[in-house]
Amino acid sequence: MKTKLHDLAHSRAGDKGNTLMLSLIPYEEKDYASLVEQVSAEKVKEHLQSIVKGKVIRYELPRISSLLFVCEEALCGGVTTSLALDPHGKTLSFSLLEMEIDS
Amino acid sequence: MSNLKKIRIGAGAGFSGDRLEPAEILASQGEIDYLILECLAERTIALAQKRKLSDPNKGYDPLLERRMKKLLPIIAEKGIKVISNMGAANAPAAAAKIIEIAIRKNLKIKVAAVTGDDVLSLITGEEITLESGKPLSSFGKIVSANAYLGADSILPALNAGAEVIITGRVADPSLVVAPLMHSYGWTYSDTELIGKATVIGHLLECAGQVTGGYFADGVKKIVPNLEILGHPYADIFPDGTAVIGKVEGTGGIISLATVKEQLLYEVLNPFAYLTPDVSADFTTVSLKQIGHEKVQVTGGNGSTKPEKLKVSVGYQGGFMGEGEILYAGAFALERAKMAGEIVEKRLQEHFTEPLRIDYIGSNAAHAGLGDGNSSYEIRLRVSGLAKTAEIAAWIGEEVEALYTNGPSGGGGVRKSVTEIIGIQSILIDRESIHSSFSIFES
Repeated sequence: MKTKLHDLAHSRAGDKGNTLMLSLIPYEEKDYASLVEQVSAEKVKEHLQSIVKGKVIRYELPRISSLLFVCEEALCGGVTTSLALDPHGKTLSFSLLEMEIDS
Repeated sequence: MSNLKKIRIGAGAGFSGDRLEPAEILASQGEIDYLILECLAERTIALAQKRKLSDPNKGYDPLLERRMKKLLPIIAEKGIKVISNMGAANAPAAAAKIIEIAIRKNLKIKVAAVTGDDVLSLITGEEITLESGKPLSSFGKIVSANAYLGADSILPALNAGAEVIITGRVADPSLVVAPLMHSYGWTYSDTELIGKATVIGHLLECAGQVTGGYFADGVKKIVPNLEILGHPYADIFPDGTAVIGKVEGTGGIISLATVKEQLLYEVLNPFAYLTPDVSADFTTVSLKQIGHEKVQVTGGNGSTKPEKLKVSVGYQGGFMGEGEILYAGAFALERAKMAGEIVEKRLQEHFTEPLRIDYIGSNAAHAGLGDGNSSYEIRLRVSGLAKTAEIAAWIGEEVEALYTNGPSGGGGVRKSVTEIIGIQSILIDRESIHSSFSIFES
C-alpha cells in the first residue's frame, strides 16, 4: 500500500543562496530504516524535478534517526533576487512530504 | 544536575522582526546569565548600509530602541549580559543609542560596539563569487561587503567587562560560542568543545524555532499556545553538554522532534558545518528527552576553523515589479490565465528575463506538484526584474489596467515596486580582517 511521507515523517526547509535543505524526520524512530531504504536522493530528485534543477545529496544521521536532503539550484537563483512568491522556499518542506512510499 | 556549575544562555530573538516580549520573559523570569538576540539576515546589512548613507546615526536594527528600552532595566537589575548583532551596518551608533536610553532611565551600563566586519574598502570587484564563478563586478554596483566574524571578535569586549555587546556581521552561533569561551576559558585549540558550543549556538540562534515555533501543523504536530510562545535557553555544562529549556508557563513545546528540526535547519553539510570558529560535526549529536520540555544535547564535535572567512557582498540588483488581481467562481483559472497572457503579450518585449506568472491557488508555491486544477478562487501574480523602477512599475500598471480591458470579474489589484539588493559571497583571508571594539558608558 502507498502512503505519503507526511503520514510518517515531518520536515523543515532551509535555504543558503540557491541551495534548498530539507530535513526528513520520522515521528517514530522505528520508521527511520524504511525511510533510508525508500527515500533515496534519486527519488527525491525525481519527485521535485520541477523545482530542483541541480543535484540532490542525502545525508544520513542515524543518531537522531533523521535524513537531510541538500538540493542544489532549487530556489530560482536564491532569496535575494528570486521572483518567486516564496523566495526562501520555506513552504517546500511540505512538497517533500507529498512524496509517496510503500507503507 | 542543578548543583553543577553551568552557564544559562537565553535566545530572545531569532530574526530582526521577531516578537519583543519573549526576551523580556527570559530576562525577568529565566534566571539567565546571557541573553543573545540574533537579528541579521543575509541582506539586512546591505539595507542598513543604505540607511546609514542617508543618516550617519542610523544603519542599526530598526527595532533596537524598542527592544533595549524594555530590556535595559531588567538586565541591569539581574546582571544579565546581552550579546546581539543588532548593530547591523553601524554598531557604534547602536551603542550610542543604547547609552542614550540608559541615561534617560538613569541606569549605569557599559556597552561595547564590535567593528571590523565591514570590508567594503578591500573589495576590488574582481573577486570571483562562490555561487556563480563570475566576478563581483558583473552583478551590479556594490553597496556593502561584510565578513562573518567569529567569537574571537566578541571575547575582548567580554573581557573588558561590557554588559551589552553590539556587533555587526558575526556568525550566528558565535553569539553563543563567545560567552562559553569566556566563562569556561575554552580556546580555539579545544576544537571538540568549540564544535559542541556551535551545535548549541545553532540550536538557539533561531529562538522560537526550537521551542515549537514554525513546527505545528494543527493535525499531527500539535503545539499549545503559540500566541505566547516561549523562547529557549540552554544550560551548558563545563564538558559542553547542554539542556534546552524554556520558562514555565510560556507557550510552545520542547521535544526531540522540535530539536531535531532545528538541528538540521539550514545545514549544508552536517559533517562540516563551517563557521569562523570551527568546522562542526553535527552527525555525532545525540538528543534525549530528560524531563517535561527539557531536551539534553550531548556529542557534537569539531575540527580546526576554516582558513578563510566568508564575506557577504550586497549589490544593486535593479527593481522587482509585481501586480496581482483576483478571480473567483466559475472559470476562475481560465480567466486568470487569459489575464496573465494579456499582460505577458503587452510587456515581455521590454524585459530581458521572462516575466514570472503565478496562479495563486493552483501552482504558485510548488510548481509541478498538486493537480494543477483550479481552486474556487485564483489570484494572478505577475512579477519581473527591470533595470529601473519606472519599467518595473509597468507590471503593476498593466495588471491594474485589466480592470477595464481584461477578463470578466477581476478585482482586488495590488501593485508594488521593490528595489533589489542581491547578495553574492566571496572568501577572504583572515589576516586582512581586524576586528576591534569600543566602549560606551552611561
